[in-house]
Amino acid sequence: MAERRELLASLLLLVALAGVALWADAAGEPYYVNLASRVAILGLAGVGLNLALGFGGMVSFGHAAFFGLGGYACGIIAWHAGNYEPVLTWPFEVEGTDRMPPIWGVAALVCGAAAAAIGALSLRTSGVYFIMITLAFAQMIYWFAISWPAYGGEDGLSIYVRNGFPGLDSYDPLSFFAIAFGALLVALAVSGRLLGARFGAALTMARLNPVRLATAGIDPFPVRLTGFVISAVITGWAGAIYADLNGFVSPSMLSWHQSGELIVFVILGGVGRLAGPVAGAAAYVALETFVGGATERWPLILGLALLGVVLFARGGIMGALAGKARHD
Amino acid sequence: MTWALLIEQILNGVQLGVMLFLTAAGLTLVFGVMGLINLAHGSLYMTGAFVCAWVAGSTGSFWLGLGAGALAAAAAGAVVEVAVLRRLYDRDHLDQVLATFALILVFSEGARWIFGPQPLWLDTPEALSGAVSLPGGAAYPVYRLAIIGAGIGAALLLWALISRTRLGMRIRAGESDREMIGALGVDIRTLYTAVFALGAGLAGFAGAMVGALQSVQVGMGEPVLILAFVVIVIGGIGSVKGAFVGALLVGVTDTMGRVLLPMAFAGLLPPSEASGVGAALASMLIYVLMAGVLVWRPQGLFPANG
Amino acid sequence: MTEPALASAPALAVEGLRKAFGGLTATDDVSLDLRAGEIHALIGPNGAGKSTLIGQIAGWIAPDTGRVRLGGRDVTALGVAERARLGLGRSFQVSSLAAPLSARRNVMLAAQARAGSSFRFWGQVRRDRDLVAAADAALARVGLAGREGLPTAELSHGERRLVEVACALALGPKALLLDEPMAGLGAEGSAALADLLETLKTEAPILLVEHDMDAVFRLADRVTVLVAGRVIASGPVAEIRADAEVRRAYLGED
Repeated sequence: MAERRELLASLLLLVALAGVALWADAAGEPYYVNLASRVAILGLAGVGLNLALGFGGMVSFGHAAFFGLGGYACGIIAWHAGNYEPVLTWPFEVEGTDRMPPIWGVAALVCGAAAAAIGALSLRTSGVYFIMITLAFAQMIYWFAISWPAYGGEDGLSIYVRNGFPGLDSYDPLSFFAIAFGALLVALAVSGRLLGARFGAALTMARLNPVRLATAGIDPFPVRLTGFVISAVITGWAGAIYADLNGFVSPSMLSWHQSGELIVFVILGGVGRLAGPVAGAAAYVALETFVGGATERWPLILGLALLGVVLFARGGIMGALAGKARHD
Repeated sequence: MTWALLIEQILNGVQLGVMLFLTAAGLTLVFGVMGLINLAHGSLYMTGAFVCAWVAGSTGSFWLGLGAGALAAAAAGAVVEVAVLRRLYDRDHLDQVLATFALILVFSEGARWIFGPQPLWLDTPEALSGAVSLPGGAAYPVYRLAIIGAGIGAALLLWALISRTRLGMRIRAGESDREMIGALGVDIRTLYTAVFALGAGLAGFAGAMVGALQSVQVGMGEPVLILAFVVIVIGGIGSVKGAFVGALLVGVTDTMGRVLLPMAFAGLLPPSEASGVGAALASMLIYVLMAGVLVWRPQGLFPANG
Repeated sequence: MTEPALASAPALAVEGLRKAFGGLTATDDVSLDLRAGEIHALIGPNGAGKSTLIGQIAGWIAPDTGRVRLGGRDVTALGVAERARLGLGRSFQVSSLAAPLSARRNVMLAAQARAGSSFRFWGQVRRDRDLVAAADAALARVGLAGREGLPTAELSHGERRLVEVACALALGPKALLLDEPMAGLGAEGSAALADLLETLKTEAPILLVEHDMDAVFRLADRVTVLVAGRVIASGPVAEIRADAEVRRAYLGED
């Protein structure tokens, strides 16, 4: 019952998002189409984080690392393609590309490898240690991006020609929205599927009761690490698409503030709700656009609103829409 | 590298270390006693710097500013503890992270509102404005030496407070057994507020002193906060001693890395690349140190509770 | 049931386990074994080192010296999950279930490890008939048929203990480690559980940690008494009941 209500609320939310994009496109308002793309991409990043944070109980304050690495993978490969310089000359030559699918593949590989290394170290600990360590490693990558001069350093890297997608004109705002929205749907379907699978059962128990998981004959560490890597890959995918949306990637995508925002999407939407981050990202972008447009004190209002949500309205937007979460 | 440069850089590292200790000590105490992770600790550091710069600017007295900065940070800490954080002790870390992240936004925007968007500048006090000559011939600013002295002094006072006073006894009891101090008849709410204000005051003191070395601006607290986290992970959560050792280790490693690594690469690479590669790697050095400690001792160098 | 070669080895054997925390020796050269078809009770006053011993058997605590063998195989170096997969089923003194999940989901997880890898990302567990059937069968054995779908948080204290036993059963255990399963069960519940343990022991012998002396003397085939980290007596029930040192330990301290 509660589950059907959540499914219904999630579907309505996605339909509304697509509806906004279609309406804005018909009304000749590309600004709002791009806003909808932004919601879809940030929602996608949040869906990735939610897998670790909401379902696996791993409170990562460093997911901006993966968001930014995905963004830089996109920016760097496109930069090489634009300058006709190979990305690698050794041990074999790799050319840059201006197509999204191979760029996404590289972003996924890079983020997966980074998450495997960071996860292997931070998952030796738990609780508050885990929060601080993920934050610290993300900061390490942030400082590296700032001080490494080859790809723009502090100034960031522009993507002069938006990368293409087979069969679509990626410069058309609605087509770009379709790409982002499609990625979001794929991530939601994949997450939903694997959470219902054996792996999801193990990951859920790793959050609820790791002692029980081990006693049932399943070692929590590899389960958590796998969940962390999948989560990072999805967030990195979002980062790669976000770089194309903005035509720009900079260290701010790697910053602790970005990590905090990703957590905000997840919690604002409702922890452990599959589509929660999309609701959270939508609310965040809408507030930022309309309140931020009206007053420059918008961070103050956001901060107070977040405090209100944490102290008094736990459960987030999906909690309000779909009632209390229940497991069967 | 000359001896003078080496000594100068070590002193710079120690100075960074004692500042980090003052910030990390409050964080680690608050975590040890209340089990709270406070991301807004950097905002209290910033509060100390802003109030110090503002009071010193309007009265002309650095010393008044220093006192006002530390007190303002302690007061802000107490207010935040009573108004918000008190409700979060029993919540999970996720709620604490989100609420204190929200507090950062409130503090940063609040500071921008009250003090304006421009950075403030704070002059070093006249009594500490000179330089002393070091063995080897280099001159070292007295003010930085004074910071080292003040930081070590604060560390000693904190140590005495925790090991020699009633408040310290209660703090130690709170770390080992929260229910016990309730049973001892200690007013736990007041104790928590006091511990929080103490940690906030130390951070504010650090912020106020650093304000004379760099510009005072919104966002200055967060890099320090994250370094303080690295310090705590290295030292062990809840351990003031661990925070001290960790802070010095991080301070010296970071400072020395930034000097030595580019020099080391200068021998291997063309100069234009050497400085870039060296600087990039130096910026990662303390995190590599942290990773090493994690592999070697996942609970930090001085685990607080067994 | 078991292969002849392994049948001769005890299901579980503990050899010379020693564990000290700082200056305190929690278990001091403890040896015991668990043979096919028996209930072996482990008793001792509070602080005798029972929890530390159980922790070392299950794999949470590494002993300073000594070995743990499961069916003749040395498992001292293995972790908790590996020992569970090798057939060491366990219930906890303090109920350790995932409260928001149903009883069935809790037990299914134990059946999942037995049924192969947990790294399967596509097939949905709720439609996995084998897992559901295995969980329901284990729950039916402990008398919880009809209660499978309830969140464990809504079950009574006694029922939760039974779910724990069902979890241990779903592993397909070769040895069971039950830590005070009777605590808080009430007279009727205790009697039902005692009947269950009597039939279970023929499938997998049981190491039973229990405070209720009546239950111990009624159920156990052998008893080992632990005091201050040492085994002070071990043998058949009648022998232990008559043992002077045991009486002193219990009458003096508990």
